[in-house]
Amino acid sequence: MTEINPNGRPHAYGFDTRAVHAGQRPDPYTGARAVPIFQTTSYVFEDTDSAAAYFNLQEYGNTYSRIMNPTVAAFEERIGNLEGGAGGVAFASGLAGQAAALFTMLQPGDHVVASSALYGGSVTQLKHLLRKLSVELTFVDPDDLSLWEGAIRPTTKALFGETIGNPGGNVLDVEPIARLGHDHGIPLVIDNTFATPYLCRPIEWGADIVIHSATKFLGGHGTSLGGVVVEAGTFDWSNGRFPVVADPSPAYHGLAFHETFGMYGYLMKLRAESLRDLGGAMSPFNAFLLLLGVETLPIRMDRHVANAEDIARFLVCHPMVERVRYAGLEDSSYYPLKEKYLPRGAGAVFSFDIRGGRAAGTALIERLQLWSHLANVGDAKSLIIHPASTTHRQLGDEELRAAGITAGTIRLSVGLETLDDLIWDLERGFRAARAAGGTNEEAAAAAGRTVEGVETEPQVLR
Amino acid sequence: MTQSTAVDLAAYQDETTIRDLIGSARTVAIVGLSPNVLRPSNFVGFYLQRHGYRIVPVNPRETEILGEKSYPSLTDIPFPVDIVDVFRTPEAVPGIAREAVAIGAKALWLQFGVISPEGARIAEDGGLKVVMDRCMKVEHARHAGRMHWLGFNTGNVTARR
Ligand SMILES: Cc1ncc(COP(=O)(O)O)c(C=O)c1O
Repeated sequence: MTEINPNGRPHAYGFDTRAVHAGQRPDPYTGARAVPIFQTTSYVFEDTDSAAAYFNLQEYGNTYSRIMNPTVAAFEERIGNLEGGAGGVAFASGLAGQAAALFTMLQPGDHVVASSALYGGSVTQLKHLLRKLSVELTFVDPDDLSLWEGAIRPTTKALFGETIGNPGGNVLDVEPIARLGHDHGIPLVIDNTFATPYLCRPIEWGADIVIHSATKFLGGHGTSLGGVVVEAGTFDWSNGRFPVVADPSPAYHGLAFHETFGMYGYLMKLRAESLRDLGGAMSPFNAFLLLLGVETLPIRMDRHVANAEDIARFLVCHPMVERVRYAGLEDSSYYPLKEKYLPRGAGAVFSFDIRGGRAAGTALIERLQLWSHLANVGDAKSLIIHPASTTHRQLGDEELRAAGITAGTIRLSVGLETLDDLIWDLERGFRAARAAGGTNEEAAAAAGRTVEGVETEPQVLR
Repeated sequence: MTQSTAVDLAAYQDETTIRDLIGSARTVAIVGLSPNVLRPSNFVGFYLQRHGYRIVPVNPRETEILGEKSYPSLTDIPFPVDIVDVFRTPEAVPGIAREAVAIGAKALWLQFGVISPEGARIAEDGGLKVVMDRCMKVEHARHAGRMHWLGFNTGNVTARR
């Protein structure tokens, strides 16, 4: 129960307290302080009436762990609370959550407007998966509000963007885009993975749905895949544009989710229909590990940001570096937006371009001792990837440019190690890169050329 | 956004008031209760019954709903009512509020989307507590039930068992 202060108002707990407590009270049955791992597929009903009430959604009750699980629910409520939403629904991965979130509100013939500066996996999902569902898509330069507005059609059902874009590090101007959407009766969907609710809470700026790949900073230790979808609970799904949410549902014996559950209607439908039918449920064990991560989110993010800012400043001054794209740098064009939306920092994922292109990038990566060369972000460990020699290996320089990167682009996810060690390691890499730089660039490029007949679409950056 | 009206909804969504009402009420008259099991009012009536409240249907078109006798109006109910829970259009609320005052109810509870500043004022002048644009089922589930099992944000934080 919430404590009531002498002035009659409920006490408002701070973010750090809620990161540790929200969504989980000590288990009433055993007193267990840590969240119990309810590793069960299913739940015994008290009686047949209760079973019926649970399946009819007339009562909040556990039925089957594809649809709900008490350990997962603690995670869902915690993120819903930290984001300031009506609640959350967790998924097996970020992309599973994103697909389900969109699936819940879209139908064939609909249209989505999305930022062009997105995680590659999201680009692929939006472009190809949605097309299979006969949903059309327009990508727009996220920095130009008039392009968002110009792309809106009568069939547009969602605006989609990332708080901090991957890997360009652009900061989305959430507030006017949300207002634009609302003027047209369209919700704004934000992927807040890189910021986490500690650095930015998009709902406070008008976003309607917030999606996370919990795989990244929320979990924070690179152990578990997971995703979560939070809804603000304020969007009017009955505004005429969303019969798929508002009308009696043929998939749930005629239930009208928005009318029946009001501000919880979208989330109910997301769970009781989309999660039930698509099936990408989060495992209770993953929820347990992700909850452990979230408990330390505030202190981890402070350290991630502090290390990232120092490394960005080190890179800016480095002779081997052509360009650093990090909104936390004062001369970044995104710095004013960072000051508005991300006052505690622009996160810890950003990219820079190394002098000497592909060969230099490869040499740097090969020399590193401490930075892990892999395709992920948001681990306690520092991570690095050179798209041109890995995920985008099949692309020529022109194609790389089209993907928003160069042959020398290197992406970092700055971890929690001792700053001096991270810089020491990069410095060794730069020395190796300088030795290799430019000399065999053409050879490296040739090695990366496409084999005839092989699909040239790049593997996406995680 | 759901509401564009200038009502100060927060004043009618006070957490202490809501919790006191949930905890102390026994008898809840549901104005506009539908016999259709898919209607929101039926969901709420069913749920409140399951959780031990006596519900009193107020619906002139029905004789019995959810196993309880249905009354044409609040003033026809021959016993005391704690909460008058309203599932009607906002235009009907002032009249309902007057009746709620007349029968000595303790509170007027207006469900999601039932927004009536005039009705609220009438009830308050008559000494009733008022809750507006909130669902009684949801508030019960938040404070005393199992809403957290479905990942909803109850806002509850506690280290007590
Ligand atoms: C910004 C962003 N969104 C979404 C995803 C997808 O998340 P997941 O891998 O958990 O499906 C990723 C990474 O993979 C990401 O970096």
